[in-house]
Amino acid sequence: MQRRNFLLGLLSLVILAPINALAAIWNKTAFEAVKLVDASKSLDINRETYSADIQITAPDRAENGAIVQVEVKSNIANTESIAILVEKNPTPLIAHFKFSLGAEPFVVTRIKMAETSDIKVVVKAANVYFTNSKNVVVLENGCG
Amino acid sequence: MGVVDMADNMKMRAQLKGDFVEVKVLMSHPMETGRRKDDFGQLIAAHFVQLVTATLNGNIVLEAQWGTGISKNPYLTFRLKGAKLGDVIAVTWHDNLGATATQEIAVTQG
Repeated sequence: MQRRNFLLGLLSLVILAPINALAAIWNKTAFEAVKLVDASKSLDINRETYSADIQITAPDRAENGAIVQVEVKSNIANTESIAILVEKNPTPLIAHFKFSLGAEPFVVTRIKMAETSDIKVVVKAANVYFTNSKNVVVLENGCG
Repeated sequence: MGVVDMADNMKMRAQLKGDFVEVKVLMSHPMETGRRKDDFGQLIAAHFVQLVTATLNGNIVLEAQWGTGISKNPYLTFRLKGAKLGDVIAVTWHDNLGATATQEIAVTQG
C-alpha cells in the first residue's frame, strides 16, 4: 500500500507540476488589479520617466473595442520588458512581455478596450522604468 | 483541458527580413473575461491564455504574461535578431484551465 501511495503521489506531482509552475510565474495580483496604480505597484514599477523612445502605434479611433491592434517598439537601450495597460479597462493590465537572447523589444498584438482611454506602455531597462501613452477613442465597448 | 489539436490551434510564420526574423502567430482561443453573460443571463467562466513562451533553437527568447484583455483568437508578432534560415522557433501557450498547445516552425526567407 505504501508503495502504491508513493507512486500515486509521484504521479500527481508530475501532473500538477506544470500548473503550479504556471501559477508561480503568472502575476495574479497585477492582472486582477482594478486600478492602474495597483497593477503598476504589483509589477514593482516605482518611478517612471516619460520617454519618446517608446513608440506606440494604434488607431486614433476604434469602432469596436473588442479588437484594437497595438504595436509597441522600444528604442531604449537594454529594454528587458514591456507592459501594456489600458487605464479604463475593468482590469487595466493587458500584457507583460519579457525579452531575452536577441529578441527585439517589439511586439504587435490585439487588445480589448472597454471605453475611450489611454493605452499606457511601461518599459523596464536596466531596472529603470520609462513610460509613454497613446489615446484611443472607442465607440463600442469591447470588454463584454 | 488537456492538449488542444495543434494543427488547428496555432498558425505561425517566421520570415527572415534583412537582419531580423519576424514571427507572426495566430492562436485559436476564446479569451473569455469571466464578465460576459450568455443568452440565458449566466456568466461565462473566465477562460484565457495566461502565459506564452517562445524559443529559438530551444532557448527562451520571449515570455509573455497575459490577462483577459487580449482579444479573442490572440495575435502576436515579435522579432528576433541573430536568427538564421532553418532555425527553429517554437511557441507554447498555457491557459487558466490548464490547457496548453505548442507549435514550431523553421525560419524561411521573407
